[in-house]
Amino acid sequence: MSANNEPNIVAFLCNWCSYAGADLAGTSRVHYPSNVQVIRVMCTGRVNPLYVMNALQQGADGVLVSGCHPGDCHYMEGNYYARRRLGMLKDLMEFVGVDPRRFHMSWVSASEGHKWKEVVEKTVEDAREAGSFEGFRRRQIDW
Amino acid sequence: MTDKPKVGVYICHCGINISSTVDVEAVEEFALKLPSVKVARTYSYMCSDPGQALIKEDIKEQGLNRIVVASCSPRMHEPTFRKAIQEAGLNPYFLEMANIREQCSWVHEETEEATAKAKKLITASVAKVRLLEALEAKEVDAEPAALVIGAGIAGIQAALDIADAGFKTYLVEKTPSVGGRMAQLDKTFPTLDCSACILTPKMVDCASHPNIELLSYSEVEEIGGYIGNFDVKVRKKARYVDFDKCTGCGECAAECRVANRIPNEFDQGMGKRSAIYLPFPQAVPAKYTIDPENCLYLSKGKCGKSPKCQDVCGAEAINFEQEDEIVEFKVGAIIVATGFDPFDASRKPEYGYDDYPNVITGMEMERLVSASGPTGGKVMISNGEEEIEPKEIAFIKCVGSRDESVGNEYCSRVCCMYTAKQAHLIRDKLPDANIRIYYMDVRAFGKGYEEFYDRVRRENVRYIRGNPSEIFKRGNKLVVKAENTLTSTPVEDEVDMVVLGVGLEPRAEMRKVMDLLRLSQSPDKFFLEAHPKLRPVDTATDGVFLAGCCQGPKDIPDTVAQAKGAASSALIPLARGKVTIDAQVAEVNEATCRGCGFCVEICPYTAIEMTTVNRFGHEVEVARVNEALCKGCGSCSAACLSDSIQPKSFRDRQILPQIAALGVLK
Repeated sequence: MSANNEPNIVAFLCNWCSYAGADLAGTSRVHYPSNVQVIRVMCTGRVNPLYVMNALQQGADGVLVSGCHPGDCHYMEGNYYARRRLGMLKDLMEFVGVDPRRFHMSWVSASEGHKWKEVVEKTVEDAREAGSFEGFRRRQIDW
Repeated sequence: MTDKPKVGVYICHCGINISSTVDVEAVEEFALKLPSVKVARTYSYMCSDPGQALIKEDIKEQGLNRIVVASCSPRMHEPTFRKAIQEAGLNPYFLEMANIREQCSWVHEETEEATAKAKKLITASVAKVRLLEALEAKEVDAEPAALVIGAGIAGIQAALDIADAGFKTYLVEKTPSVGGRMAQLDKTFPTLDCSACILTPKMVDCASHPNIELLSYSEVEEIGGYIGNFDVKVRKKARYVDFDKCTGCGECAAECRVANRIPNEFDQGMGKRSAIYLPFPQAVPAKYTIDPENCLYLSKGKCGKSPKCQDVCGAEAINFEQEDEIVEFKVGAIIVATGFDPFDASRKPEYGYDDYPNVITGMEMERLVSASGPTGGKVMISNGEEEIEPKEIAFIKCVGSRDESVGNEYCSRVCCMYTAKQAHLIRDKLPDANIRIYYMDVRAFGKGYEEFYDRVRRENVRYIRGNPSEIFKRGNKLVVKAENTLTSTPVEDEVDMVVLGVGLEPRAEMRKVMDLLRLSQSPDKFFLEAHPKLRPVDTATDGVFLAGCCQGPKDIPDTVAQAKGAASSALIPLARGKVTIDAQVAEVNEATCRGCGFCVEICPYTAIEMTTVNRFGHEVEVARVNEALCKGCGSCSAACLSDSIQPKSFRDRQILPQIAALGVLK
């Protein structure tokens, strides 16, 4: 968490639905907290569960993965894979003692600019409640 | 990858869209200090010619080999900047965009937070761009044919244009005849052309065109492949009538045991048809179809001693043994023109559409005034007791449009004008009728529309501003309860007939087409175009285009214009004969692949195959990617146990630094 006690959140968004939905929120001038930094991937199926852990290790207090609604994946099945993999990860996180409020998965379509705002607000709020993450920080690697 | 990365960061003001919230100078100063960054600049419009020239000059003069553009969404201008850096001699994939407009300046209010976030996003982009690899887009042949789904006016026009350009076109229509909604209309506003008169020649053209293969009474079952090479599977439903033998004489329909007992869809259920039927007299193809749900022989297995239609058919065309047929073909481009459904007036119960026979919809009115309609064009309606010629007629506009209570916030764009047109048609037929139109606003925006609206008002049609709250029965009259909002007076208006100006809604079964083609919906639930202004006929799926009301409500001129636009877009890959395949596909490191085959199972496109390679004298199995089939989703990569399969531009080694960079700046 930064000096002003704001959580730092890394979000992985699929190019076709959630990234476009976040763009729509912008086009519609919907305002939401600035804590979420987006990394664009083509599909949530690309999100290796280790990315989530990696983000937490390297300075994130919360992680969000957002993709197309189940059934709407641009690549047909990618979000199903993501749902299964990341659902399992969430259980594992809880098991190893990471507050599950640090990890969210959501479905935001290209037309849901307002939903994107709600998802961001919820993710930030939960991460804020969970507090700064000090669980297994890694020495900052030189990227 | 041998060159040391020299990164240029270009920060766009976007007029004041970005610079009013993000302190671009501070960001520029910050960017200059990032590793590998040699140049950082701001400019008012990066996407403009001088903006692009700035980047190109720096590439040439400063020897930059990686570019970060911090501006709008990559979904907007990534192609623009890729082209620009390519023109300066750089590989187009040595570009990364930081989205500091849609996902920063437009969504955050405070300069401090927006500037801080812009810095983070740029840091992550710089982290990634240093590790991007040079890629080369490949070209593959495009199948010189197109598929058009839906044969209303949009589909017909698009198919005719593509076929006229010399390409084979498959026109698939779900119902037994082409024509769609436009065929049901009587006259068209504002010119009062007879709808059938201007449509039927086109219907005939598309059936007889040497380049068009019309698949009526058919539905698309499966679509695979990608732009230039779609594999299509269509189910031709059994008509139970031999298409080649049927002469369209109609003897069968006259003899059918359930003749004139089945509600005719074409007449909105107001007219009746037989179980064997032609949807309407001008139907194309003029071939009869047996409706299996209502045919006694097909539904009950028995029709008197023998089916009468079969007995009377001189051409011996009736064949109850006929089965659905699957047709498969390849096309290079697809146009979706699946149209709309009229709003279901039952969802506004206060208007009594289900309760009173003399409350009808605009679509029903079209059939009622049509010479080919159930009453032969005479305006006659039942008031519950007897058939009357209505004297007092009320129209209500915006039924199911601009109405949050039914979930439709949008304007349907045609109801103002079709209501005015119907008022005019009634005035023609019933000169003494008292006609009033209840409205919220009048939107007469098209060419000649305002003039037509003025004309109708001069024809003694009263416009009353107010949205009725209720319709109820009093004696043998209907009472329209409203408030005239211009005079602030309550109204209880006794009428003989109410016409509901129902709006347009997305097709109930559009979900099926969405799933077939991976299309998305906009908030109004119509199909989503790739860009609302600049790519109005494209979709997120390359090679798939939209035409007509499936994309949003529109009138006939706009539908035809969009259909022609979709046809010309679809013709691009067909005319070029080649399509460019995205280079951002997965790649296997065969040295580390353990040959488990998880990726093969996961790939939704069957783009990965196992192959045998020689590893130090041993034959081992490894995965290999077919680049023409791979779409670069990366699902395989997240499943790979040895990180051996990686999507180019989205490799672990390109994403992990982004994650690290975002952590550094917490």
